[in-house]
Amino acid sequence: MTFEVGSGLSIAVILTTVIVVAAMLIWVERRLLGFWQDRLGPNRVGYFGLLQVVADMIKIFTKEDWIPPFADKFSFVLAPAIIMSVILLSFSVVPFAPGVGVVDSNIGVLFVLAMASLGAYSVMLAGLSSDNKYALLGALRAAAQMVSYEVFMGISILGVVALSGSFNLREIVLAQTDGWYIIPQFIGFVIFLIAGVAESHRLPFDIPEAEQEICAGYHTEYSGMKFGMFFVGEYLGLVLISSLITVLFFGGWLGPSFLPPIIWFVLKASAFIAFFILMRAALPRPRYDQLMTYGWLFLLPVSLVNLLVTGVIILSTQ
Amino acid sequence: MAKIVIDGVTYEVNPNNNLLQECLSQGLDLPYFCWHPCMGSVGACRQCAVKQYRDEDDKDGMLVMACMTPASDGTIISIEDEGAKSFRSEVIESLMISHPHDCPVCEEGGECHLQDMTQMSGHNYRRYDKKKVTHRNQYLGPFISHEMNRCIACYRCVRYYDNYAGGTDLSVQASHHHVYFGRHEEGTLESEFSGNLVEVCPTGVFTDKVFSEHYSRKWDLQTAPSVCVGCSVGCNTAPGERYGSLRRIVNRYNSEVNGYFLCDRGRFGFDFVNSEERLLEPIQRKQGKAELLTAAQIEVSIQQFSSAETIGIGSPRASNESNFALRCLVGDDNFYAGCSDAEYESLGVILALAADAAFHSPSVREIEQADAVLILGEDVTNIAPRIALALRQSVRNKAKELADENRIPQWQDAAVRELAQHERSPLSILSPAVSRLDDVASERIIDSLPNLIAFGHQIANKISDSAATAVSASSEHDDTLALIAQQLLRAKRPLIIAGNSNGGELIKAAANIAKALQEKNDDAGIDLCLLVPEVNSLGMGMLVDPANKLGAALARLQDGDAKRLIVLENDLYRRATATEVDAALEKAEQILVLDQLPTRTTAKADIVLPATAFSEHEATYINYEGRAQLSFQVNKCQKMAKPSWRWLNAAEHIDDLVQRCCNEAKGFTKLSEVLPADNQFVAGMKVPRQSHRYSGRTAMIANINVHEPKQMVDDESIMSFSMEGVPSQKDSTILASSWAPKWNSNQSISKFQDEVNGELKQGHTGILMFEKSTSVGAYFEPPVNSLTAAEKQLHLAFGFQIFGSDELSARCKPIQARMTDAYVGISPEDAQSRNLVQGDTVTISGTDSNVTVCIRTGIKTGTALLYCGEGSLNPAEFSEFIEIEKCEKQSASLGMRNLILSDLQDEDKSS
Amino acid sequence: MLTLVKDTLTSQVVTLWRVFAHLWVKADTVEYPDVQPYMFPRWRGRIILSRDPDGEERCVACNLCAVACPVDCIALQKTEDEEGRWYPEFFRINFSRCIMCGFCEEACPTNAIQLTPDFEMAEYVRQDMVWEKEDLLIDGTGKYHDYNFYRVAGKKIGGKDKGEAQNEAVPVNVRSLLP
Repeated sequence: MTFEVGSGLSIAVILTTVIVVAAMLIWVERRLLGFWQDRLGPNRVGYFGLLQVVADMIKIFTKEDWIPPFADKFSFVLAPAIIMSVILLSFSVVPFAPGVGVVDSNIGVLFVLAMASLGAYSVMLAGLSSDNKYALLGALRAAAQMVSYEVFMGISILGVVALSGSFNLREIVLAQTDGWYIIPQFIGFVIFLIAGVAESHRLPFDIPEAEQEICAGYHTEYSGMKFGMFFVGEYLGLVLISSLITVLFFGGWLGPSFLPPIIWFVLKASAFIAFFILMRAALPRPRYDQLMTYGWLFLLPVSLVNLLVTGVIILSTQ
Repeated sequence: MAKIVIDGVTYEVNPNNNLLQECLSQGLDLPYFCWHPCMGSVGACRQCAVKQYRDEDDKDGMLVMACMTPASDGTIISIEDEGAKSFRSEVIESLMISHPHDCPVCEEGGECHLQDMTQMSGHNYRRYDKKKVTHRNQYLGPFISHEMNRCIACYRCVRYYDNYAGGTDLSVQASHHHVYFGRHEEGTLESEFSGNLVEVCPTGVFTDKVFSEHYSRKWDLQTAPSVCVGCSVGCNTAPGERYGSLRRIVNRYNSEVNGYFLCDRGRFGFDFVNSEERLLEPIQRKQGKAELLTAAQIEVSIQQFSSAETIGIGSPRASNESNFALRCLVGDDNFYAGCSDAEYESLGVILALAADAAFHSPSVREIEQADAVLILGEDVTNIAPRIALALRQSVRNKAKELADENRIPQWQDAAVRELAQHERSPLSILSPAVSRLDDVASERIIDSLPNLIAFGHQIANKISDSAATAVSASSEHDDTLALIAQQLLRAKRPLIIAGNSNGGELIKAAANIAKALQEKNDDAGIDLCLLVPEVNSLGMGMLVDPANKLGAALARLQDGDAKRLIVLENDLYRRATATEVDAALEKAEQILVLDQLPTRTTAKADIVLPATAFSEHEATYINYEGRAQLSFQVNKCQKMAKPSWRWLNAAEHIDDLVQRCCNEAKGFTKLSEVLPADNQFVAGMKVPRQSHRYSGRTAMIANINVHEPKQMVDDESIMSFSMEGVPSQKDSTILASSWAPKWNSNQSISKFQDEVNGELKQGHTGILMFEKSTSVGAYFEPPVNSLTAAEKQLHLAFGFQIFGSDELSARCKPIQARMTDAYVGISPEDAQSRNLVQGDTVTISGTDSNVTVCIRTGIKTGTALLYCGEGSLNPAEFSEFIEIEKCEKQSASLGMRNLILSDLQDEDKSS
Repeated sequence: MLTLVKDTLTSQVVTLWRVFAHLWVKADTVEYPDVQPYMFPRWRGRIILSRDPDGEERCVACNLCAVACPVDCIALQKTEDEEGRWYPEFFRINFSRCIMCGFCEEACPTNAIQLTPDFEMAEYVRQDMVWEKEDLLIDGTGKYHDYNFYRVAGKKIGGKDKGEAQNEAVPVNVRSLLP
């Protein structure tokens, strides 16, 4: 079996790597947060606390797999599976490096957006099936937040698509050989970044989970591995958004040739992951209504204007 | 009323008192040592210095001792003056020069007047760097420890012990800074009131040895107001409990009863509560085996007993409630007296006299005010000790009178004593033997009982011709009797004391004397103090039908007329002859006995229910003068003992029981007034039994379980078993342990008195139960003396001992250390004719009792004084005359060892 | 509007930078128990009962610690040996209630009860936090080396007669006539 785009080996390696990276992020995030908050973070298990993830895994796997008696059992079990699957599926269109990827889809960008939309079901199902007021509140917030920010996310990418003339992510990367889209599409990048954070409901936009207000939001009733799937799903989302930013605005694997392309990709994506964690360490959570107002009254016009201007420039320079 | 100015504030004070007393009455803090509210001033300690000013323009003033200065109208003084303050602090500094560094290991610590006064005077550092004077201590008997190093030479101990209590064996020795307060040689302090030294001494020279054996600090004792059950005086006490055991008893001030002092029986006779012998489980005996009873079984048995065939025998040492509960259970007709028939008969006489308008039953304070006293046949010191102490004060009324004549204030103690020398108010004692009051007696006649009765009637006849006279064997005392009659007639407040310890005829004679005086003086009522033996003799007597004697009850049982028997806290073998009791108990189908300690009666019982001791239940008692007093529960009995009334009446609340007793029992209408009114409490809060400093709450029982149990709840009284609640600042009747800011010692009591020596604020001193009729009864006829003593026969009179005659206190270890064996006292002549020497054992013919012989000159030839011991002899077994024969067997174990030495000294002198 | 956007952005960016800069700040964490903290001698930790320089129990069961204790977690009972020396029959501290305030040490007139720098007192069973005299009593003098209460006090005990304490004259002979 050869290691090429779409081969079984390639799929296996990418799947494993993505999940392992997402799991390791638990430790990375806690340590980074520790450093930024003048403390050490987990350092007791293994060297530098590297085995913390293993310890957490053991714990989470051996926990009682409990389903509340009042929950809707089917959708309660289905919900965490959806979030995991849709995000892992999104990774299939991500071009990690030349020859590394699952599929070269012509509709890559659309596929990612479609998958992101499906993610909203997971959250809504979890909140509904839990039959818990906090879970329901969390689900309501999540649904509104995800549906809204998907709009700006989509519009913000359209500038990139227009510039490259393709929905194929691999072609978008190749189209940036002369210059990363961060420069012409800076506004698009900023909107995408913000929308990405909101889509993966990470801090500062973790309004659906807001512990201080609604317990743990849509996954209040979840424990054990089902909670673990939401948890890892969140980190998968984080990796995905970082990868997409890398691909869409920072030239994907492109870079000086003293490093192999995959390394460039990993470096760029890691930088964004670190940035997301820094945001968590530094920024406070806005109110729910502030988030929605900001989205619809600011991000939507700005993204539309950005698309309009991009279109005008493209048309005028042809 | 005089007006004086203290630190610029005008006060209205009593000009007959000194400044110190008035300052304290006004609630001001002024340090003092040698002054004592009961003992007046001598000005020895110089601690109460204040600045006195001639007039308002005088800015310098001069230092005076407040205790030596009259509170005359217009006096201007300053307590806060810097000069006075520094003088006081220098005085205490010099008093403390040789005071040892002992506070942590001193029993007085924490309730020490010296500590309080040192704090108040502001001394805190010993500048004097020379050596401290030290002293050797003495062994002072089983009650009192001696630690002479701590002495500050205030002289309170000798002033109390010698001058107030009439002791002879404590004195001040040596001089200057070697001054020493102790006995001439080591040995037991003889006075029956030695225990008060603990409270009189302002520091820790004299401390409570019994308390020290299981010592706790004052603040750690759970305390409640209680009443002493040692005799019929009903002194107010404050027993203290810690870790479930009763630790000590201290005096609780009651202006009308005990004032500041207790006797040693009351103070040290409580240990039976902690006794290992205590009955603590309800048991039933079946075929010789004791089985534990369940609550349900007890209920069934009690119901069985509430039939008409049950006889209930009450108890003079049980509370009104218990007696009443038994009376309700068995019915009035089946409720019988729990004392000997002779005693019950005389009790009837006493109760009848109580209603007579010719007499007034005096309180202890009123006894102190008598200026001529006649004691007719009663050994007051051994029967009602606290009254003996009061009588010692009554003879000082002459001195006070002289002082008034010479315009010397009565509080000038040394001057008054110096003036009076041996002048005393008349105190005449007519008794079958020497007594401990003889040293203050003006007239003393020792004779046989029939003669004493005759003398009594003769005195009455000499006062008023209306009273029938009696013929006595001799006329040698005629002059003395006439003198006594004159003294009583002349007196402003004469007092006659008698009692039923030797039958009722003496009471009748005493009543005749009082009646004759009343006829002559036409007073409202002559003080007639009739003593009864036990704490609630009167209460029981009032509840029992006069016909229901013990003998009748035993006869009914023997006849099979009644089948079941309930005995309430009583040992029948002390009340009737063993043959009678045996026969009755044999016949009874079922016997239920409630008691605290095992007795010969509990040994015969089918069912034994454990009763709580005086400190473990709330109860009312009626003392010799008809004063009902409430005694609170100090601590809960941790085992299965319950108050007798609770066993007999499982459902009723004590307040309801008291109320019902009040409504249903004749003569008890005022009983419920002793209960504290609810509106006396702040916000309905309970009164805490524990002090605000009570320690160890979370560790006391942590060794058993670290999880603390809920605080015990007291449903029965207005007190709580914790520190929670509002202390009884409002009603001092419920003041168990007195404490005021800056005053940790018992001297803080002045903060709770209306005025020094006055009544407690807002409290009551007990409720007098007897209602006087308006009519005056007729004179009693003297008895016809038909019997004469045969040859060799001796007239019998019963003797008593403060340590031993009371049933319960006789079972306490400290009291036992002072007890003697049963003895028969005879005169040297009688001893010679029978060839007996001191300490021989004799047999009393007709009985199988062996007793020690005690030869004393203070006994009339032909009379035998029989002390029955703590119960080894049964008084019911003996008739009017006894014969004694020498017995070779030596039976006694204690011998006469503990008989107070000075009593035997007259014997020593003669040999 | 623009100012608002500018200010908001600046604020967010500055915040991010400041937090990021903490990467170079040393962590405050003390890695106990790998690294043991320095305990000051006067630290108020586990309570002990000490002995005097002669090796006898210092505690004289005066009850002052118990009454000073604000949580009432000390209970003891006084007893006495044949020669008059006071000591506790039992001495119990309920450490599950103790708040380590040190009032007992302040109150102790004999330097018997002392707080030590030992703070590692956790137990799995609360009952094990109740310590009796046998558990509390140590063999040494603790923080105060030379003090012996009975050498100062006037009370006679075994091995020290009247007049043999510090600064005491020989006992007075009351029969003497000398000034």
